[in-house]
Amino acid sequence: MFDSRVAIVRFVFFFVGFVFLVRLFYIQIIDETYKGAADMNALKKVPDNAYRGLIYDRKGRLIVNNQVVFDITVIPRELKKDGMDTVGFCNLVGITMEEFREKIRDAKIYSRVKASAFIRQLSQEEAARIIEHLNEYPGFYTTTRTVRAYEYPCMAHAIGYMGEISRGQLDNKEKYGYYQMGDYLGITGIEGQYERQLRGRRGTKFIMVDVHGVDKGPFKNGIYDTSASKGQDLYSTVDIMLQQYGEKLMVNKAGSIVAIEPSTGEILAFISAPIYDPGLLTGRNFGKNYKVLQKDSTKPLFNRAMMAMYPPGSIFKTLQALTAMQMGLIDSNTTYPCNKSIVNCHAHPNPCNLRQAIQWSCNPYFVQVYRRIINQNKAANTFVDTRIGYERWLEYIRSFGLGAKLGIDLPAEQKGILKKVAYFDKVYGHNHWKFSNIYSMSIGQGELGLLPVQMANLACILANKGWYKVPHFERGLGDSGKVNPVFQEVHRTMIDPQHYTLIRQGMRLAVSNGTAWSKVDMKSIPICGKTGTAQTSSGKDHSVFTCFAPMNNPKIAIACFVENAGFGGFAAAPIASLMVEKYLNDTIQRKNLEKHMLDQDYMSAYRNKTAR
Amino acid sequence: MPQNSRQELVSRGLDWPTIMLYAAMVIFGWMNIHAAVYSGEDLSAMFSLDLNSGRQLLFVGLSMVLIVAVMTTDFKFYDDFAYIIYGVVIVLLLLVLVIGKEVAGSKSWLGVGSFGIQPAEFAKLATALALAKYISIPTVKLERRMEQLTVAGLIGLPAVLVLLQNDTGSTLVFSCFIIVLFREGLPGFYPGLGITAVALLVLTLLIPKLYLSIGLVVIAVAFTILVDRRQRNYIAIGVALVLVLGIVQGVDYFVNDVLQPHQQSRIKVLIDPNSDPLGAGWNVTQSKIAIGSGGFAGKGFMFGTQTKFDFVPAQSTDFIFCTVGEEWGWLGSLGLIGAFMTLLFRITMIAERQKTRFARVYGYGVASVFFFHFTINLGMTVGLFPVIGIPLPFFSYGGSSMLSFTVLLFILLKLDAHRGQMLQRII
Repeated sequence: MFDSRVAIVRFVFFFVGFVFLVRLFYIQIIDETYKGAADMNALKKVPDNAYRGLIYDRKGRLIVNNQVVFDITVIPRELKKDGMDTVGFCNLVGITMEEFREKIRDAKIYSRVKASAFIRQLSQEEAARIIEHLNEYPGFYTTTRTVRAYEYPCMAHAIGYMGEISRGQLDNKEKYGYYQMGDYLGITGIEGQYERQLRGRRGTKFIMVDVHGVDKGPFKNGIYDTSASKGQDLYSTVDIMLQQYGEKLMVNKAGSIVAIEPSTGEILAFISAPIYDPGLLTGRNFGKNYKVLQKDSTKPLFNRAMMAMYPPGSIFKTLQALTAMQMGLIDSNTTYPCNKSIVNCHAHPNPCNLRQAIQWSCNPYFVQVYRRIINQNKAANTFVDTRIGYERWLEYIRSFGLGAKLGIDLPAEQKGILKKVAYFDKVYGHNHWKFSNIYSMSIGQGELGLLPVQMANLACILANKGWYKVPHFERGLGDSGKVNPVFQEVHRTMIDPQHYTLIRQGMRLAVSNGTAWSKVDMKSIPICGKTGTAQTSSGKDHSVFTCFAPMNNPKIAIACFVENAGFGGFAAAPIASLMVEKYLNDTIQRKNLEKHMLDQDYMSAYRNKTAR
Repeated sequence: MPQNSRQELVSRGLDWPTIMLYAAMVIFGWMNIHAAVYSGEDLSAMFSLDLNSGRQLLFVGLSMVLIVAVMTTDFKFYDDFAYIIYGVVIVLLLLVLVIGKEVAGSKSWLGVGSFGIQPAEFAKLATALALAKYISIPTVKLERRMEQLTVAGLIGLPAVLVLLQNDTGSTLVFSCFIIVLFREGLPGFYPGLGITAVALLVLTLLIPKLYLSIGLVVIAVAFTILVDRRQRNYIAIGVALVLVLGIVQGVDYFVNDVLQPHQQSRIKVLIDPNSDPLGAGWNVTQSKIAIGSGGFAGKGFMFGTQTKFDFVPAQSTDFIFCTVGEEWGWLGSLGLIGAFMTLLFRITMIAERQKTRFARVYGYGVASVFFFHFTINLGMTVGLFPVIGIPLPFFSYGGSSMLSFTVLLFILLKLDAHRGQMLQRII
């Protein structure tokens, strides 16, 4: 009996040991979750932030720099329980007692043992003063990081701004998997477009931490650590001096100037007015400043150069003329009288041939040209004929880079407005519209909307006699100096080059003895330009001017659009002409004209709106 | 007999395999304590008395002294003084209740200056001796109700005193002596009842009370039908069913109304570790993470992150097994469990070869105490049992436990060495 009991006792011992071994086999070898959990516990990834790439202008001038700023962080657990000189500390860092209490409370909510930001982005001078005394306040530390600094306080729209990554973006692992909570990334402009290249690659150090989050040294002597690699510098196409000058000219004006080198598509200046200082959207007061800018009725944050869809006005006549010539409908001798019963016009020599019609911007002339384009009697039914003509016309117009995104290297570029037949079918009924419904487009009014950058691209096409390269900012990235092949590609219009000669002559005449103000013309630099006066439902007409110069072998093409500034020849044209002079001659001879344009204030319409 | 020849006899009769096993466990145990507390300072810190590893080394040294003391004491002493030792320990346990120091909620420390002992650790030893002494009386038969009550009293008295110290873990250890009693002839009905009660306890926690009660009634009915008509004892089955249902009710009441909140949460956490991940579940979760992350061969000696960096609480005392599991992996677990199995088997072997009932009963007492500590401690760290803070023999840091387990084992070896003489004495 007792022998069996001994066996039972021994069996119980071994059975328990066996159960433990099986259980341990399960949790140590089969179940993998514990390994991950252990790493979550004891391994901390410490980011080694990469130095963001700098941005230079076309002449190698540094535009966007990095600046070291200091954050003060706090670890609530390490705060002195009693006897902390709170008043002294508040005076030192310049906050009120209430703010202090609030920030400490927030920090405690986040974590008692981990550092949280207490005061962000102190300048070097502020930090130097504070750090000296910080050791008197246990629990407070400083950390450094870099923010953008702008060597020239301009070009805010093209450069864009950076901001902290949002929770929504963080949840999108596929697109934003690289980022971590608290990271800053480029949101708009070049910063947004070239974020991947500029940011570089963050390094990661793995350190071991104990249960309180205290650093316990590198994990496995750092064999898994990676070091940060610096972001690529962007060598941009911009001439920062020209940019600055353009922004000066656009003070007290709303609108845009876009200047492009026609032979390359390189954007020389990219101005959206009203401007704002890019320094406002970097650093400590981002949130506050952003709110102010956002509420501003003049919409300074709105990047008019590539988002505002303006009626092009008379500059569109060059496209109508080219299309009609290509279709063989008109030639240099085609003459129409200035019949004001068709559409209103201003006083000018009458009748006009094609060159003169461009020179004097004759409205009735181009209505009749457009009618010939649209109604070519391809169908007996006038509605059907209009439909056929319009669709054909659209093909030509699209070849000028209109009605679609050009593909410039900035995010959020718009397409502009170029309506398809379906639109008119919807408005007027299927096949229930004809030329009289759409004739406003003859002179760049009606169902048309062009972005300033598209207008500047038209100027490039006219300068190049029929082709363009996609306007862009990237001249070189990093040290490779390679240019994106997309920007090398030549896009041709459907118009043969020989047709451009006549139009360019007309544009030259428009400046030397035509619709443009006489002061626009320069003896030294022959400018070809086309004025436009775009009617708008709100306030005074918009003033438009597209031009290129010099006439032979053009170096610069410009579109200038000034909202509510009236006749194109008197506001947009002189501004564009000053830009040309600045870029090609570097110094402005026409001081009086410059002063006159600087003094002009076309923003009253906006101010009245605000007052209301 | 001259002194030197007698010493020779002792060393010749000693069970060296057990001593080797003991030495291996103590050394391996100390290495793990060192790994758990050492965090990269000067290596000489391992001897520092500021660290658990340094102090444990001191306790190991003290154990050596005690081993010599045990070996040089006359083997008859333990038999003759069994009741007196028991009596002294009972007095100490009473004393603790009056003048004891309270540490972590248990009033279990008796301190003299900075030196303190836990009498509860030595109560197991004293109980094992007293039990052996009583059962070795030739007329005692554990089948009899009177004797059963006496042994229950011998075990129950220190158990109750320890419970009064609020040391639930150490109290439960006394239940291990049922193995001794079973070996010595206690009817199997008692351990059977105990196992049934534990099984019902677990079932009550896992299955809603109503379903469990219905299930039990169904089993009773099925049992009645299946049993041969002539042997049906409706009264017995009825009484058993009422008893069982009573236990279910009782357990429910016990868990929800009698147990203290921290004990309740420890039991609830066992069923669902996520019920309180940062509170009571923390220990179990972190312990399993540490062990589980060890994998097959472990992270390597001193390369454990979970235990070293304080994620596992009490990592050098009750949760020392986490360090073994994390740094030595499943192979280390196998080694540790293998060592305990070998030790337990060896002790039962030693017990069975004794010529006196006293030595045999005592041997089973030693095996039972080790087994119980091993089972509860490992069960706790791998999440099979609730968190009951009792040490793993020879591994956990702690002076009282180290010394008491050593003495417990070496008294047996001393008795074993003289097993031949004992026979002479009885004759």
